[in-house]
Amino acid sequence: MNSSVATAVSDVTSIAASGQALRRFLHGLPGVDEAGAQARAAMLASRSIKTTAKRQALDAAISMIDLTTLEGQDTPGKVLAMCAKARRPDPADATAPPVAAVCVYPDLVPVAVSGVAGSAVRVASVATAFPSGRASVDVKLADVKSAVAAGAGEVDMVIDRGAFLAGRYLGVFEEIAAVRAACGDAHLKVILETGELATLDNVRRASWLAMLAGADFIKTSTGKVAPAATLPVTMVMLEAVRDFRSAHGRQVGVKAAGGIRTAKDAIRYLVLVNETAGEEWLDPRWFRIGASSLLNDLLMQRTRMASGRYSGPDYFTMD
Amino acid sequence: MKFEYAPAPESRSIVSLRDWNGLFIGGEFVPGTGGSGVFKTVSPATEEVLAEVTSAGAEDVDRAVAAARAAYERTWSVMPGRERGKYLFRIARILQERSRELAVLETLDNGKPIRESRDVDVPLAAAHFFYHAGWSDKLSYAGYGPSPRPLGVAGQVIPWNFPLLMLAWKIAPALACGNTVVLKPAETTPLTALLFAEICQQADLPPGVVNIVTGAGDTGRLLVGHPGIDKVAFTGSTEVGKEIARTCARSRRRLTLELGGKAANVVFDDAPVDQAVEGIVNGIFFNQGHVCCAGSRLLVQESAAEDVLAALRRRMATLRLGDPLDKNTDVGAINSAKQLAKIRTLAESGDADGAQRWSPPCVLPDRGFWFPPTVFTGVSQAHRIAREEIFGPVLSVLTFRTPAEAVEKANNTPYGLSAGVWTEKGSRILWMAGRLRAGVVWANTFNRFDPSSPFGGYKESGYGREGGRHGLEAYLDVH
Amino acid sequence: MSTDQGAGAAGRIAVRKTYKLYIGGAFPRSESGRSYAVTDHRGGFLANAALASRKDARDAVVAARKAFAGWSAATAYNRGQVLYRVAELLEGRRAQFAAEVRAASGAAVRAAEAEVDAAVDRWVWYAGWADKLTQVRGSANPVAGPYFGFSLPEPTGVVAVLAPVSSPLLGLVSVIAPAIVSGNTVVVLAAERCPLPAITLSEVLATSDVPGGVVNVLTGRMAEIAPWLASHMDVNAIDLSAAPEPLGCELAESAAANLKRVLRLGDGDWSAEPGLERMFGYLETKTVWHPVGI
Repeated sequence: MNSSVATAVSDVTSIAASGQALRRFLHGLPGVDEAGAQARAAMLASRSIKTTAKRQALDAAISMIDLTTLEGQDTPGKVLAMCAKARRPDPADATAPPVAAVCVYPDLVPVAVSGVAGSAVRVASVATAFPSGRASVDVKLADVKSAVAAGAGEVDMVIDRGAFLAGRYLGVFEEIAAVRAACGDAHLKVILETGELATLDNVRRASWLAMLAGADFIKTSTGKVAPAATLPVTMVMLEAVRDFRSAHGRQVGVKAAGGIRTAKDAIRYLVLVNETAGEEWLDPRWFRIGASSLLNDLLMQRTRMASGRYSGPDYFTMD
Repeated sequence: MKFEYAPAPESRSIVSLRDWNGLFIGGEFVPGTGGSGVFKTVSPATEEVLAEVTSAGAEDVDRAVAAARAAYERTWSVMPGRERGKYLFRIARILQERSRELAVLETLDNGKPIRESRDVDVPLAAAHFFYHAGWSDKLSYAGYGPSPRPLGVAGQVIPWNFPLLMLAWKIAPALACGNTVVLKPAETTPLTALLFAEICQQADLPPGVVNIVTGAGDTGRLLVGHPGIDKVAFTGSTEVGKEIARTCARSRRRLTLELGGKAANVVFDDAPVDQAVEGIVNGIFFNQGHVCCAGSRLLVQESAAEDVLAALRRRMATLRLGDPLDKNTDVGAINSAKQLAKIRTLAESGDADGAQRWSPPCVLPDRGFWFPPTVFTGVSQAHRIAREEIFGPVLSVLTFRTPAEAVEKANNTPYGLSAGVWTEKGSRILWMAGRLRAGVVWANTFNRFDPSSPFGGYKESGYGREGGRHGLEAYLDVH
Repeated sequence: MSTDQGAGAAGRIAVRKTYKLYIGGAFPRSESGRSYAVTDHRGGFLANAALASRKDARDAVVAARKAFAGWSAATAYNRGQVLYRVAELLEGRRAQFAAEVRAASGAAVRAAEAEVDAAVDRWVWYAGWADKLTQVRGSANPVAGPYFGFSLPEPTGVVAVLAPVSSPLLGLVSVIAPAIVSGNTVVVLAAERCPLPAITLSEVLATSDVPGGVVNVLTGRMAEIAPWLASHMDVNAIDLSAAPEPLGCELAESAAANLKRVLRLGDGDWSAEPGLERMFGYLETKTVWHPVGI
């Protein structure tokens, strides 16, 4: 990004010194032309990933999944089954890598922790009155603390979209910073809920706002609002983390969540990462895909490439 | 993780390469007569000979013009517009149905990436026929009087940068308006025009309505100077355009010219930076810079120059140069050895004039004609690379301080085909558009084409417009 | 059809078709459960068609409104392609349409085929207008001041159409196509006496790329249904050309309640080139001003 931004970022406190200063900074970011952004994302979506590259991409995508269940009907049984799947996605093929993490509601974190114990799979918990975020700050912080205390290594918080859209950026900033503090050693993923932010300009501003406030990851969506992750939105967020690192020296990850259901979709996201932020982000530490049904499609494609024939859903576990 | 895309080549098997022994005259492929010859067309990516093609001589051009005249008088000019339109709709449909074959053939013959021939050239060519098919029976509504008449036989000469698309730009409006044509494709890219001739047969287009004569400059000269034609349409270099203008001056023939350019792409400091960088890249590296309206001069506001150039270099490093048939290739081969030599000469003049050359690390294939995406900074108005059309993947960067200075620099060229403006401020876009002496102004985008959108130049970029309602004027007797 | 009526030479019993409404891309029966007998020009029984109720008309308007956003936002080029595809499908049903036209009007084979051909050509004519209307109807406005101004045609919205009686296919095509080409959506009430071409057209549309709800076809009584369409506050325009007097005047009066754009062009010579009147009748003009400056 530009040197003026670099200078400014060197002093986050001055940017967030007042609501006005923060607003000036966020509105001073370059605009995003929607038609151009969509055209670029569509062009990247036309990349043709074949043979060895596809094999590599399928395994990479599996290893970047946050295998997720966020339903009112979730039970310990459901979560344990998902954890088993996360550790060993394909019972018939030990070469399939485990996923990055499982993602659950806070009250199911202890179950998830026991489910993945002894593996590299991490436990992520949504928090801060997910998905709407409509609760008092105290309640949100308590939510975060309970998740972390229960053993969550990653916390997926939602921003206050109402405050953001009303222009109360400092309030959003302070809330993220408070959650960041409450997380302790846990990684903080900040969900922008881009489907509610409406414009790509807002996506860019919200990305910077979250990064300035201390996010380890910025995440597209809760999965409860349509549209969830889209290629143009994710591209703008990848541009933001790229520019933030060159201005501030700190690398922030990106998580695309919701609506990514097929291997083809997932590979498009990897291409997007590769050609927007660069290969340094092609790592589960820096790019995640929040999904549930995607995993089986990746496994099916993987099996197809190994066996040379198409497989069917009956040959993969449903958890 | 290092993510290398494995080769993803489009299959060549859809195309049957053969020697096209003949010219398309009167609805049939006929051998050349006395005075004709043969020439080879090669794949610029590999230098492989693709086919032998007939070089039409004077007698052949005579026959083609006579066939077009006969078809004009007996069939095409007296056919109701509604029925003419149906033929054009048929052609549009066949272009869509055979799109993959056309795309592969275009990429083989021209060297452009398959992604572009597949996603741009061929769909736009079909769209052009589709759009003009609809005009065939609506000419009385086009604003040229209640019953505008066709001109007669059109002689059309097209370049090698968009072989099929330029053919469509020429043939579709001519036919829609009731003219018949004799078209000469460029000698380095004749194959899709010959395949198009086959498509005319497939569409049962009446014989003689479209005639294709292949050959080099001499054939073109015979065609545009032929006494039997009523109208000349040429797309190509300004130098040849002037020669044709002189020829037509003597014969008082109607003429439209779409010639060279040296477009300024003006980037203000409040531009949407990521999209502006895409626009700069698309403006100059699309089709290897073989685009008459290419944004070959980047005018960037001084206050934003450092950021924009850094972002541009970073983006250029992701361009994928190589096998044009690979679906992931962004930059293909230079069309010919001759063009490559010209690009090299001009780039060397940039070095000699003191500009700084930069290209991303990129491996050029051993065979074929290749030039890496290149940007020159520190260019001044006096440098040859700021004035002459390079027609290759070479961008010259200049800076400006104020909108007025940007306009002054942008207009300071004998050309005037296109221009780009990048700013988030709408009123400034319109202010700039009002002052730029260019036939097309793209704002926050670049290199967009549509059959409904008139295209053509000011000044030495030619005269007349192609496309849209305005493009019909070139093929109608509006006097 | 008359040829389907009885047992064939080999004693085979024909499979008869149930004719239904076409609403939102689906083929529902009338919610009223009613139907009426459609006869040929001699009074012979052809088929039972659905007798639409006011609730069917209401549903059709809802479907048309729902489809409007997408259809009007499609690019003109795309609409042109979609409509041209319909012409290709119409041509494929040439024999069926000709038989239906003959049954309805008693026309000779040649004349019926000529009407079908003219209908296909008419559809192609309108398809070609999709990406030209703006260029013919729009303008850049040289206002006196530092402003750039332009005016563009836009579709008015949901159009209700009473199909003409005199020309069961060509007339029908000539009233539907000019409305949808610019992005309007349509509820058409088929000609009461000869609805079969309209039903077949709806089958063509259902298998085409025209999104469901862009054209909705009701069969039934004009006197019963038209007043509901004319008074409907979510209908933006209505073609009353086919309404006999005094019904036409009454309907035009109800249409005034929300200032519908009303077309009353008569049920005339459908074979003549139509001109622009019908297309322009369903267009709004939007004028945009933008400052010019540094």
